[in-house]
Amino acid sequence: MPIQRSLKAIGSRTINAVWRMGYASRFLVLTLIYSGLSFRRFRLTVKEMFFSGVMSIIIIMVAGMFVGMVLGLQGYETLKRYGSESALGTLVALSLVRELGPVLAALLFASRAGSAMTAGIGLMKATEQISAMEMMAVNPIARLIAPRFWAGVFSMPLLASIFSVMGVFGGYVVGVVVIGVDEGSFWSQMQDAVDFQHDIMNGLIKSFVFGVAVTVIALFEGFDAPPTAEGVAGATTRTVVQSSLAILLLDFILTAFMFRGA
Amino acid sequence: MLWLGIAWFRMPLLKSSAGFGSVTSSQALVEIRDVNFSYGSRAILKGINMTLPKGKVIAVMGGSGCGKTTLFRLIGGALKPSKGYVKVDGQVIHELDHKGLYEIRRKMGVLFQFGALFTDMSVYDNVAFQMREHTDLPEEIIHDLVMMKLHAVGLRGTQNLMPVELSGGMARRVALARTIALDPMLILYDEPFAGLDPISLSVVGDLIRRLNDALGATSVIVTHDVPESLKIVDYIYFISEGVIVAEGTPDEIRNSEIPYVHQFINGEKDGPVPFHYPGGDYKRDLGVSA
Repeated sequence: MPIQRSLKAIGSRTINAVWRMGYASRFLVLTLIYSGLSFRRFRLTVKEMFFSGVMSIIIIMVAGMFVGMVLGLQGYETLKRYGSESALGTLVALSLVRELGPVLAALLFASRAGSAMTAGIGLMKATEQISAMEMMAVNPIARLIAPRFWAGVFSMPLLASIFSVMGVFGGYVVGVVVIGVDEGSFWSQMQDAVDFQHDIMNGLIKSFVFGVAVTVIALFEGFDAPPTAEGVAGATTRTVVQSSLAILLLDFILTAFMFRGA
Repeated sequence: MLWLGIAWFRMPLLKSSAGFGSVTSSQALVEIRDVNFSYGSRAILKGINMTLPKGKVIAVMGGSGCGKTTLFRLIGGALKPSKGYVKVDGQVIHELDHKGLYEIRRKMGVLFQFGALFTDMSVYDNVAFQMREHTDLPEEIIHDLVMMKLHAVGLRGTQNLMPVELSGGMARRVALARTIALDPMLILYDEPFAGLDPISLSVVGDLIRRLNDALGATSVIVTHDVPESLKIVDYIYFISEGVIVAEGTPDEIRNSEIPYVHQFINGEKDGPVPFHYPGGDYKRDLGVSA
């Protein structure tokens, strides 16, 4: 009997998860269908970009700087063993542009902007603001969700780029200014090794995909949250957990396609 | 037995009331016919019939969980009846498609229980919201209209405040200004008096009546505030256990001998609505032998 109960519980959770994925997919399709307003009245999207993108810049810059500094230190220690200290710029830049920039920026974006989006939409639902909008014949998907969605999608690649730039700067500060790696080698090797199409564009594509995933999860969780304090709190937690897992899973899949054997 | 009891309560007043029974379909803005609604197997409304004429203020009263908010949502098209229909301005609400429903909702105003003001917008932007969404009016005209609406509720000076800076009564009045922003033909109020101090309550009640008359609209107030409702409404429906147990004008309701209405109006703790939730033998629960 306990086995039967366990199987029943697993089955129930699986069915529930599939239902929610279905709802989330439908939610994404509706968001895309009702996106016209987000572009016709672009200031709505710009306003949301301020809250999700601009307000995240400080944390992204600081985190990027420190990650670059750590990369500079660790990279120098490793490269020194092989007498390749001059390749430090290449190591820092490729690590950031291909991988750490998009992934860490997306994780930070999910924690700061994603959770705020979920809490904001969830609270609007709990305080009947979304119902009020519906009763005023204003589609909440078009007016509330779509501008936030596009704001997140547009912000994410920009934030990832800022993260990478700050990281390279952090690596430069530690490698060149503090440790004393040759400045010319640092920059010239980086310039030779980093390919715009293969490295930078693929990094941007990654961050775009992460942006779609994080904003859809955040907005869906907020829109679907039970209209109570516990409901909103639970939805916010789920946003951070699910977004983080989605980012890491998508990163593996995208990396496998983009950099296989490169 | 309860069903029979409710049917019995209902009989006398329905017979004595001329009420809105003589209203023809052409005079009615809202017609509710044999409306049934269930959440799963739990029946909430059981054969509700109402006729709400143009220009009147009507209260729908009853205890918590009696189905009045469900009725409110059915009129607004947020729910679909399992049987029967709700007609607003000649259109059956649940048969409308998404576009049709939004068209009819533009002619409605809804005041939610705690105002539901958009917390990221100022008072001004809240009142201007529908004008900006549904009209192409220039900003100067919108400004004048917003000022007129705020003036009507006595809060012209609050235009730059955020909702969090308003008291409960002020927030309700701003929400009222937003509700009438596009001069609706039908205004729905969900518990408009809940949580208000006596002065705010009186102000909101007075505004509901005056704005309804000024706009020539029809107002439906879902409430369980007896004294304020009796002061401002033209007609009252009482709902209990999903059916209309009584209806009439405020005077008829005040003088009603129907036990349920009497208990409700006078706030008696025991009566047709019992104080005790049905339970087993009290002595047995306490473990005391007879």
